[in-house]
Amino acid sequence: MTAEIVGTYIVAFCLLAGSGFVIVGVIGLLKFNDPMTRLHAPTKVGTMGIGMLLLASMIHSFMLGDASMHELLIMAFLFVTAPISAHFIAKVAIHGANCETPPPPPRDDTWSTLNTPEGDL
Amino acid sequence: MTRAFYWLMPHPYLTLLLTVVWVILQNEVSAGMVVFGIILGIIIPRATAIWWPDTPKGFSLGKMTTYSLMVLWDILVANIQVAWIVLSVPNAKLNPAWIIIPLDLRQPEAITVLAGTITLTPGTVSADLSDSGHSLLVHVLHTDDPDAIRDDIKNRYEHRLKEIFS
Repeated sequence: MTAEIVGTYIVAFCLLAGSGFVIVGVIGLLKFNDPMTRLHAPTKVGTMGIGMLLLASMIHSFMLGDASMHELLIMAFLFVTAPISAHFIAKVAIHGANCETPPPPPRDDTWSTLNTPEGDL
Repeated sequence: MTRAFYWLMPHPYLTLLLTVVWVILQNEVSAGMVVFGIILGIIIPRATAIWWPDTPKGFSLGKMTTYSLMVLWDILVANIQVAWIVLSVPNAKLNPAWIIIPLDLRQPEAITVLAGTITLTPGTVSADLSDSGHSLLVHVLHTDDPDAIRDDIKNRYEHRLKEIFS
């Protein structure tokens, strides 16, 4: 019986911590005023916020004796796909010149996003 | 024997990964599910082999595990730091910066893992790769010393990835 109570507290803590990180991410999204700095907010929501919520779900399922491992997969797929979408948003911001132009790379000609043929501009 | 093995499984780690994913997806560990997972793990890499012609040689699974645990810990620490920055630093005092990381890694897989690690760690987002793949462009949310972050990424992540994909 006590194990169940301790588990409930752990689940509650994970839910609160996860929601806290999601709120901070949303505050960041609203507060910053440049596309590139805004991009930093969702990366936090995507890792810790969702991670804590999924951890809570997993502990809860183990407590009920109906063990579920799907959360690990959700986490894995999220970790694999989130950087790709962030990368695309960053590329769009650079391409559309919505942010400060990055300094040129030292060993190559230019960044791959800026390397567009004249006809495409 | 080795040739038969590589004919059957051109990417052994991918086969292992697909099997594990299948078993977790079924939510139960039984012999039938494992066998079906292995069958999928053999069919899928063979059917899609045309899209990954180069197998990364000498991939170290043990080092990758320690690397993943280290990254998870870094994500935890960086999350709290960035949450503090979001809540306490006003917009006018924010110092975002572009950082250029000269890459020693050459394999596309290794560069992808490095870029993914940088984005998953809050406070840094990998934004672009130079046209011949020698440098990585990283955006930092708030820093007073961009060079220190560049050295930190090079020593902490890239150095280890070079050992993993050696």
